[in-house]
Amino acid sequence: MNQAFETPERVALAETVRKFTAEQIAPYLSEWESAGDIPLELHKSAAALGILGIGFPEAVGGSGGDTVDSLIVVESILAGGGSGGIVAGLLTHGIATPHVVDELERRRAAGDHAGADLLENEFVAPVLAGEKICALGVTEPDGGSDVARLRTSAVLDGDDYVVSGAKTYITSAARADYIVVAARTGGPGAEGISLIVVPTDTPGFGIVRKLDKMGWRCSDTAEIVLDNVRVPSSYVLGAEQGFASLARHFVAERLTLAATGYATGQRCLDLTQEWTQQRETFGRPLASRQVVRHTLAEMHRQVDVARVYTRTVAATTDHENSTLAAVMAKQTGVAAGEYSADRAVQLFGGAGYMTGTEVEMHFRDVRVLGIGGGATEVMTDLATRLLGL
Amino acid sequence: MKIAVCVKQVPDTWAEKKLSDSDNTLDRASVEAVMNELDEYAVEEALLISEANDGEVVAVSMGPERAEETVRKALQMGADSGIHIHDESLKGSDALATSLVLAEVLKDRGFDLIIFGSESTDARMSVVPAMVAERLGRPQLTFANKVDVDGGTVKIQRLTDYGYDEVEGASPAVVSVVEKINEPRYPSFKGIMAAKKKPIETVALAESGIDAGQVGLGAAWSEVASAAPRPPKAAGVKIDDEGAGGSKIAEFLSEQKFI
Repeated sequence: MNQAFETPERVALAETVRKFTAEQIAPYLSEWESAGDIPLELHKSAAALGILGIGFPEAVGGSGGDTVDSLIVVESILAGGGSGGIVAGLLTHGIATPHVVDELERRRAAGDHAGADLLENEFVAPVLAGEKICALGVTEPDGGSDVARLRTSAVLDGDDYVVSGAKTYITSAARADYIVVAARTGGPGAEGISLIVVPTDTPGFGIVRKLDKMGWRCSDTAEIVLDNVRVPSSYVLGAEQGFASLARHFVAERLTLAATGYATGQRCLDLTQEWTQQRETFGRPLASRQVVRHTLAEMHRQVDVARVYTRTVAATTDHENSTLAAVMAKQTGVAAGEYSADRAVQLFGGAGYMTGTEVEMHFRDVRVLGIGGGATEVMTDLATRLLGL
Repeated sequence: MKIAVCVKQVPDTWAEKKLSDSDNTLDRASVEAVMNELDEYAVEEALLISEANDGEVVAVSMGPERAEETVRKALQMGADSGIHIHDESLKGSDALATSLVLAEVLKDRGFDLIIFGSESTDARMSVVPAMVAERLGRPQLTFANKVDVDGGTVKIQRLTDYGYDEVEGASPAVVSVVEKINEPRYPSFKGIMAAKKKPIETVALAESGIDAGQVGLGAAWSEVASAAPRPPKAAGVKIDDEGAGGSKIAEFLSEQKFI
């Protein structure tokens, strides 16, 4: 067991998030899955408990806490009957807002207090208070994971930047008040990329369409277009710092996805264990069959190995040197989630194949984890390079 | 306004509980311990009254070493400080001894209001609030569905089988609350972190001025002589309806003295 996850405060945090999820998310989840989004009210009530501010410094309106606390939030949302879609939709700011905070802190350190206050008051504080929703726009229709080649451009014109291009698979874009957009302000390659805050009510910004997905259905996803969108140059989060900024947060993002994987796996295991004890076939509970118990034990093994490894990586504060470990955590967490969700559907039998069964939702939800946030193949390739193979 | 809220650590409400073999007291080690669910409503009510009156809330618990977790939970919810009455000699105390200790510890601390949950989910006697009120010689405003504090007067709606009674008494008063009164908050992350720094005073029995002979299992007025687990569920009676189903069901219910 990892002691960092067992402090009285973190045990209490887990309980708060679990209860919040069980009472304020689980009863409405199927409704939100059908509607294709989650209400702003949920952001507000999560913010009131400090959940949205976890991992963000108190100096910018956050709750404090670190990667361990963030992982506890993810684990507890799943344990309480939430879903990967809730993690993606409710916590989208976890991938967008850190870039705003980085620039805010750079401005404060450089003495640009007006510039820092602007970012804090307009973009950081309202999101952490659950009053605004934000998104991160990196992927382009013809680009995929290849950030270095992205084509969306931002051209300086007077005091403004004019942004043009298209982005797709953008989580929470349809609900977002602003999107942190990766655009090319400089030359070719990774070095020419900047992150720019684009408020979605700016003329020229448009939602092309909401995308219909296999899973994560309560989390809205959209394709967007930027047609000569004019934003002040103060909305640029560090000129040509975009790729470095994205890369700096890869470790935290991959650990979050790993946790979503094994926590989904744990939830599937819990549901399946209960089901197999109650469900009788041929006059005996399913769990009385050795083949079923072996499957449950294997689900447990995979989930626990992924959890212990990921937690260990999260508890080391040296994220700069954790790239390889985070990559392996993601691979392991995702695999555990996929295995456990698949076996859960199998052991639920016909019931597991029915729309509306919780394990059926997890089975569809978990599939994206090996695609987003660095596809499994990209991760494996990266691991190969980091290992010098 | 200074409010005491009494909280008890109990075995998880949903867990299977058992008595220890040696002395037939509750085996606390074998199950997960939580704050008595009804006490969460008491804490919430104390916090609401305190917030409306710029007051202070002190969480008080009598219990073994780990009961400090329950005091801490109240602090995470928002109470300002805690008192943990902890002494080996208190183990096995009955309601009379518990009320004696609580009354002694609470009496000279200047509380305007003492709030309890209406019962604990383990012992389920609902008598400690009334006993504490009696020992302190203060009004007992129990089973409150609503509490209003107006200057030196405390008014409650006492939930009854047929509706509610309006009862009032002079402050300081002892109040117990039912679960319909409010919706307990969850500790926020900020509350959780703040609770780390809030003080908890530990009180040993000697400091309360009570003799060890008056408390604990030895001084209990009742004793559990033996206990047996509930017998396993037997198969039910199945009545086939071939025209006389209704009267057969009535016969069965009558035999069981339900009707």
